[in-house]
Amino acid sequence: MSPLTEKDRPIIQLLLSTGTCPRCVLRFCCVGSQMLYRHPHEELLKDLQKFLRNSHEEEGSVCLDVSNPPCKRLRLEPGEEGASDRNCNVAIPHLPGNICNVCLGVLQEFCEAGFVKKVCQKVNSADYQFISFVFSVSLPPQLSVRERAAWLGVKQNLGLPFPEDDIIQLKEAYKWIIHPQLSEELGVPADGKVFFSAFFFLRHILSLLFLVLDSLFYFTLQSVFTRMAVIKALEKIKEEDFLKHFPCPPSSPKNHCDALEIQCNNGAVFVAGRYNKYSRNLPQTPWIIDGERKLESSVEELISEHLMAQFKADSFNFSSSGREDVDVRTLGNGRPFAIELVNPHRIHFTTEEMRRLQQAINDSSDKIQVRDLQLVTRSAIGRMKEGEEEKTKTYSALIWTDKAIQREDITFLDDIKELKLDQKTPLRVLHRRPLAVRCRLIHTMRSEYIDEHHFRLHLKTQAGTYIKEFVHGDFGRTKPNIGSLLNRTADILELDVESVDVDWPPTLAD
Amino acid sequence: MLDAFTRIQLPLVGAAQPELPRSVGRWIQHSQGEIWFCALVFSAVTLLICVITLAEAHPLLQSGKTIKNINYQISANCSRLQNKVSGKSKRGAQFLTELAPLCRISSSDGEEYTIYSCIRGRLIEVNENILTNPALLQEKPSTEGYIAVVLPKFEESKSITQGLLTQKEYEEVLLKRRSSAS
Ligand SMILES: [Zn+2]
Repeated sequence: MSPLTEKDRPIIQLLLSTGTCPRCVLRFCCVGSQMLYRHPHEELLKDLQKFLRNSHEEEGSVCLDVSNPPCKRLRLEPGEEGASDRNCNVAIPHLPGNICNVCLGVLQEFCEAGFVKKVCQKVNSADYQFISFVFSVSLPPQLSVRERAAWLGVKQNLGLPFPEDDIIQLKEAYKWIIHPQLSEELGVPADGKVFFSAFFFLRHILSLLFLVLDSLFYFTLQSVFTRMAVIKALEKIKEEDFLKHFPCPPSSPKNHCDALEIQCNNGAVFVAGRYNKYSRNLPQTPWIIDGERKLESSVEELISEHLMAQFKADSFNFSSSGREDVDVRTLGNGRPFAIELVNPHRIHFTTEEMRRLQQAINDSSDKIQVRDLQLVTRSAIGRMKEGEEEKTKTYSALIWTDKAIQREDITFLDDIKELKLDQKTPLRVLHRRPLAVRCRLIHTMRSEYIDEHHFRLHLKTQAGTYIKEFVHGDFGRTKPNIGSLLNRTADILELDVESVDVDWPPTLAD
Repeated sequence: MLDAFTRIQLPLVGAAQPELPRSVGRWIQHSQGEIWFCALVFSAVTLLICVITLAEAHPLLQSGKTIKNINYQISANCSRLQNKVSGKSKRGAQFLTELAPLCRISSSDGEEYTIYSCIRGRLIEVNENILTNPALLQEKPSTEGYIAVVLPKFEESKSITQGLLTQKEYEEVLLKRRSSAS
């Protein structure tokens, strides 16, 4: 009981006599020693009672367990007189079975081994893989009111001017007690930074307390139950009004909190790779217009359905280094992508398991293929997005011309280097992009003659170049364009992405 | 009043999600039955972007006409060249009714033709290339020789499409007029 001092005596006296649990008493004495809170409940109660008795017998002389010598000045303050009076009609012994009038049992039965066992059973039955955890608790809103009432009670009865902020927070004390126990039972450390968390919801039957508050704070029925509404109301109400309408410290409750439910949540994991798209009828992401699905599948769905099943995740978020139109294929080494798996149950995968997962994706569809599938960190995904703007892209386009062409008509395209384009925002994307003229570079071109009206053009371009518009000119809004260069009307029949030059994620050996 | 009809061509390159098919065309018919204007419509179910062009039947596209002047200054204090839009939502655009003039084109034979918007919506851009190269109007009327780009209101897009006629109907109207003329 080392951290308690003489000035705590009246607080202990008052709170114990009104039915406060020993751990809440420690909180109101601003005891910051985590170890102390972990002592068994009964032991703490005995210690507190002993502390009171000792000083009573020794007529207010220095307490055995006091760490700091009592402050002389403090003893002369008027509050001390009152407190001494109270010492005489000693506290009603707090029975271990009583429900605490401040925490409603949170620091009592919800800290006991039995409850810890129950939580762990629940967590284990949810079947998660995790390497550390945090345990958070959602407390009934009325606890804020009881906390305030206890503080006002101490302040009022004892005339002690200590700030409300110095009291150890209920949640804080609860974590000090519960985390080591859960950690031992679950076999992993408690770690605020990461991954697995269990949320624990507590509820308390509405007592008269709320009816009083209701009339006092003009609560609407809906807002009564929310924590924010209670906290806001507490900020507004004057201390005198609060004292008038509510017993301070609060009266003993008939019921303790109910454990409503325990929710488990695992931190997201990220999987990256590259995909090829071999279909001209497959969008990258689900194509939905006005709530109506236009095409039945998408690249992200073909990949993620396998990941979702293996990682047993709730949902996913797909991102990639740029995208291709629905009618454009992506060949070569493919396009880098990353998928965030939200609340996965399974997070440990060996290289071999990832390889098998990749194989399963590839075996299930001939519209896409995936390579370099691997687990990555959240921060590494930034590398993929960095590359998006700067890197070059290589395309292959099948082009039609209205007037006949001969082999020699198109060879001059091969000699053009760093061709500067002025591209007005294409009409086909004007509904969702601002109107602007953008300068883009075609680094190189290589032509392949097919017949009098068709040829294939390989292009290496700056990221962000609209290739379709470069070919047909978009009403003369992209200048120059293949049509103007050949002095013909040109149109594009097929387009493929040959490579996306982003060197992430790392290439894996087969 | 202006009447209209539509033509839908299959795009050479399919719809690019969620972008718009490139060459869906809709032709607009003048009140007296003269089919003088065309709106090339880029549509994505309910969203339209319209490129206003001259239709084949416009007098300016008949043989023997030479364009002398194109003027986007449609009144003393309104010039379509001053139209400036900004942002995704295209703030600052001039609003056009169906009968709003886009420009006036005069031919060397002394005739002057007013080109109407035909589509209610906001003016996104006018084609300044035809000012320096008026021949584009006659050589490539449905591509580089376009007049303007108009963005209809989202909620009016559907009624605008429904009000237009198809290419087949357009050709039938042309045929009927030719046969009644002969
Ligand atoms: Zn308590």
